[in-house]
Amino acid sequence: MTRFGVLRFPGTCDDDEALAACELVGDGVMLWHGDSDLQGVDAIVVPGGFSYGDYLRCGAIARFSPAMASVVEFARDGGPVLGICNGFQILCEAGLLPGALLPNIGLRFICHQADIEVEHADTPFTQACEAGELLSIPVKHHDGRFYAPPEQLEALEANGQVVFRYVGDAPNGSSNGIAGVCNERRNVVGLMPHPEHAVLPLHGSEDGLKLFASAAQVPAGV
Amino acid sequence: MRARILIRPKAGILDPQGIAVERALPALGFSGVANVHVGRLVELDVEDVSQLDAMCQKLLANPLVEDYEILEQSTHA
Repeated sequence: MTRFGVLRFPGTCDDDEALAACELVGDGVMLWHGDSDLQGVDAIVVPGGFSYGDYLRCGAIARFSPAMASVVEFARDGGPVLGICNGFQILCEAGLLPGALLPNIGLRFICHQADIEVEHADTPFTQACEAGELLSIPVKHHDGRFYAPPEQLEALEANGQVVFRYVGDAPNGSSNGIAGVCNERRNVVGLMPHPEHAVLPLHGSEDGLKLFASAAQVPAGV
Repeated sequence: MRARILIRPKAGILDPQGIAVERALPALGFSGVANVHVGRLVELDVEDVSQLDAMCQKLLANPLVEDYEILEQSTHA
């Protein structure tokens, strides 16, 4: 059974939901940012929230925590890492993912259900999906406008590193409607929408469970 | 040494804060305002000014999306 580690920082707020989602498909353990021991987990989830109050820039301070040094090493060894929302911002700041997340184009905190398309099913977090599949997952963020310089953006598209794209207009003004990307090696994935908030019938959508099921290599919906 | 670091969005990157301010000023009767950009100012006392650039690269700015300018001041403000 896959053992997930969910990384908690001061200011993280989606940690319990992320751990609960992991435990629907595997085992989970909460990891503390100040501890560099990842306890031998098989996959890491960096959840959403406001790590270190998002002071300075979202994710800028969190990336220097002791646990993140271990996560960088884990990712370099090919370990699967998923960053959700603030976790995505942290992974970008840490250089594990390309680009940056800038304030939403309308400068408003957005909070609603969004449809995203899975563009590539060849990552550890999308392998239970079909390429082209639509997922209904909530977004809730203020700084989710994905940006990469034009040459890098072209390279991301050419390499198939755009894993998730918003259907229709991006609610935050992201370049090319990008909702989530992966690294070149494809073992690190980040997205702004929150799959952990779409895993139970009560959530109105269980589509998010597919990301966790992918990493656990079990069929979604079990 | 006291230093000031000015951090601003890189030219060409959409700056919604600058746009919001630019739109607000005419509404208050201020005319002839254009190209507004909103950035950050970091002020600090530092013993070794040669470390400032590395500080900016590593933490204070995100060089992918922000430009920074280091202004050294000889006297404490």
